[in-house]
Amino acid sequence: MTAPARDVGSRGVDSPGRAAVGARTLRTDRWWLPPAATTIGILIFLVYATVRAFQQQYFFADERYLTPFYSPCVSYGCASEPGSAHFGMFLPDHPLIPYAALSLPFLLLFRLTCYYYRKAYYRSFALAPAACAVPEPHATYHGETRFPLILQNSHRYFFYLAVVISVINTYDAIVAFRHPTDGFVVGVGNLVLLANVTLLWCYTLSCHSCRHVMGGRLTHFSKHPVRYRLWTWVSALNTRHATFAWITLGTLILTDLYVALVASGTITDLRLIG
Amino acid sequence: MSYTGQFRVWRGDADGGALADFRVEVNEGEVVLDVLHRLQATQAPDLAVRWNCKAGKCGSCSAEINGKPRLLCMTRMSVFEHDEVVTVTPMRTFPVIRDLVTDVSYNYTKAREIPSFTPPAGLAPGEYRMGQADVGRSQEFRKCIECFLCQDTCHVVRDHEENKESFAGPRFLMRIAELEMHPLDVADRVSAAQDEHGLGRCNITKCCTDVCPEGIKITDNALIPMKERVADRRYDPLVWLGRTISRRRD
Repeated sequence: MTAPARDVGSRGVDSPGRAAVGARTLRTDRWWLPPAATTIGILIFLVYATVRAFQQQYFFADERYLTPFYSPCVSYGCASEPGSAHFGMFLPDHPLIPYAALSLPFLLLFRLTCYYYRKAYYRSFALAPAACAVPEPHATYHGETRFPLILQNSHRYFFYLAVVISVINTYDAIVAFRHPTDGFVVGVGNLVLLANVTLLWCYTLSCHSCRHVMGGRLTHFSKHPVRYRLWTWVSALNTRHATFAWITLGTLILTDLYVALVASGTITDLRLIG
Repeated sequence: MSYTGQFRVWRGDADGGALADFRVEVNEGEVVLDVLHRLQATQAPDLAVRWNCKAGKCGSCSAEINGKPRLLCMTRMSVFEHDEVVTVTPMRTFPVIRDLVTDVSYNYTKAREIPSFTPPAGLAPGEYRMGQADVGRSQEFRKCIECFLCQDTCHVVRDHEENKESFAGPRFLMRIAELEMHPLDVADRVSAAQDEHGLGRCNITKCCTDVCPEGIKITDNALIPMKERVADRRYDPLVWLGRTISRRRD
């Protein structure tokens, strides 16, 4: 049994007065796996989404399927796919301006300021901390008290915008049932768009800010029975917010991939009705 | 079925110490605290370990087992392989007194800094009337056994001793949330939570929730709702405008 020497100026778990254990962490499990998997998952999505957002091709299939990465399609470039612009075209057609430049930055900020994603990237990218009871590498820490992280408090505004964009995505999924020449049709693509938008609603409505707005800010639930009921429903969804956060990253990629494959002619959309 | 388990237990005090190796008999159905008691009885009679109820309700036997903050009395030996070395250390966020016993007075200091329940003027004890829906949220927080494992694992103070002055820690931010959500508490706790108790330092990485032996959703049900109330007050001009208009109407 040898006593480890304590460094002069040591900090954290090695601070003077605390047990001199001699190891930064004694965890024996694979604590590094969740942050590593999170980093890989987020990077895959960011690379895929960036490539697709700037590709400006294969975003509209069978004259009715619009991928969520191009919704709403408001660039003059959307004219290359007639019928894809449901809300007019007014942004310049430029390689550095995504066709859905009106929605993508806000969706990114909605997820960037999301309470779940904050946990995910603070752990996996900032290592603050990488895992519980694993020391972080930073000498000082101020949390979300200073610029820029104090801007995380604006999450609710991005939630409001995300609701508007989810309504637009829902509109896209509904109008996709109408083919310009064949009328009402149902294809596998319709089911893909519907599933995607349903899960997007689950993610958006399970948001912690939504929970607060619905009723969380109240002190007297009994005086507001309707808001209490809404809060109860959102609270039930909220317990799965992290799950929906990951599922929707996957469904966004799969939905976009399906539309891109059909639009490029790689696969044919199977029609179930019509 | 009994076997001989391998243990490394931290022995020492504030001046220094080290992990000591022991081989101790382990019997079926035992928890780590049982083994430490056998260690005291057979090999290390001077081993200091704080404990009381052995039922996960007193919050006394908090420590770190294989690097994870846990209750000694609620960690079953059956979760370890027979040949696995089980390492037990004191909580590493607080000053050590001796062996597995730490000085948790930081928590009592923080507890005293929070103004107590403040009922409306003129309402005497016995006259309180509240709907179950109104107190349901606070009741979850009342399950806290004050084991301080959440305080121990919170990196804001675990990794930054200098933050102890300005950060109350998850247990006491939860206490503020409990009072703030209480239907009969009239004290304004939102600004104090941010300015005096360091709510802004919390980066919601949920370690407090992960280690809570009572399963309290500290982050989702206390810390984030308090952050949202602070956002209402400080960072949301629409809420400010709405409140200003409603005050003028009144």
